[in-house]
Amino acid sequence: MTRLTEIYLAFLKIGSVAFGGGYALLPILQQDLEEKRHWTTTEELMDYFAIGQCTPGVIALNVSTFIGHKLAGIPGVLAATAGFLTVPIILILLIAAFLTNFAELTIVQHAFGGIRVCVCVLIINAVLRLWKKAIVNPLALGLYIAIFGIMLLTSVLPFSVPTFVLVIAAAVFGLLFGREDAA
Amino acid sequence: MMTYLRLFFEFFKTGLFAVGGGLATLPFLYEISDNTHWYTHADVANMIAVSESTPGALGINMSTYAGYITGGIAGGILASFSLALPSLIIIVIVARSLEKFRDNKYVNRAFFGLRPASVAMISMAGFNVAKTALINIPAWQQTGVLNDLFSWKAWLLAAGILIIDRKWKLNPVMQIGIAAVIGIVFQF
Repeated sequence: MTRLTEIYLAFLKIGSVAFGGGYALLPILQQDLEEKRHWTTTEELMDYFAIGQCTPGVIALNVSTFIGHKLAGIPGVLAATAGFLTVPIILILLIAAFLTNFAELTIVQHAFGGIRVCVCVLIINAVLRLWKKAIVNPLALGLYIAIFGIMLLTSVLPFSVPTFVLVIAAAVFGLLFGREDAA
Repeated sequence: MMTYLRLFFEFFKTGLFAVGGGLATLPFLYEISDNTHWYTHADVANMIAVSESTPGALGINMSTYAGYITGGIAGGILASFSLALPSLIIIVIVARSLEKFRDNKYVNRAFFGLRPASVAMISMAGFNVAKTALINIPAWQQTGVLNDLFSWKAWLLAAGILIIDRKWKLNPVMQIGIAAVIGIVFQF
């Protein structure tokens, strides 16, 4: 199997289970691309997520692009993207053609009820694993608490702070007070 | 031909300016609907529901759908790739400059701040999923019984997945598959 086919197939699998937004993707990337294939590291994944939040486009796709580029340059990017998009595109084409009431089907709602619980557990596991690598000292812990606190607070207030603003603020904070050997 | 060009242009524009994922594409999708009448606002609302129950992202799904309506299967594929293209180009540029400055001390300092931010965003996403998956606020508001606030079936499933994962280190893809089947069988 050539490298590009391997990349295409890996992202085909990831794209077909990326439920619940880009963040549910992280645990899958950690286990599949980091632990199993050694294509990336936890640090890199965190960096990709932070950058993917400030650049336009779908976060999951941005992270896939980063990994594809690292593995095989532009052809790698195309293979990763095509792989990631294959199943969602086919599903939506089928739904648009035959099943316009897809989301209202009881069986779909029940299945998704179960999937949501699983995604929740997956994300919690991912956060626990990331924690050691990201929260390296009290300063980093303070930053985490501040950002999580702001997001939590604005989710109940009538106004909101766009996430990319928080990410840029965190980068500036790092530039001013950060440790250089963190990466 | 004009339709395909227009599809490319409209979704390329959305892909270029919607920063911050999923819901950030919404205003652009409504604007396309108003300008082109390819789909209605109700279609967008439906697609939000569909995107929550399929693996794809909202923006990609909406572009596939609109592309299919206006230009058949080829239109659907073209529109999705048009949406993805701007971010592909930008990420390739960012990735190249990152490789060059990997050992730069300012880049490393910035990442010192970015990583806790990344973990905080992911925690928040987990919190949001937990809010709908593990507790049932509408039922609690209706009955006022505290017991109704917690979806006990869901807690049981969550504990089950955790235990199985600790013991046998199950692949996340398998976990999602099993959870879907349990959801159907026990009517989540």
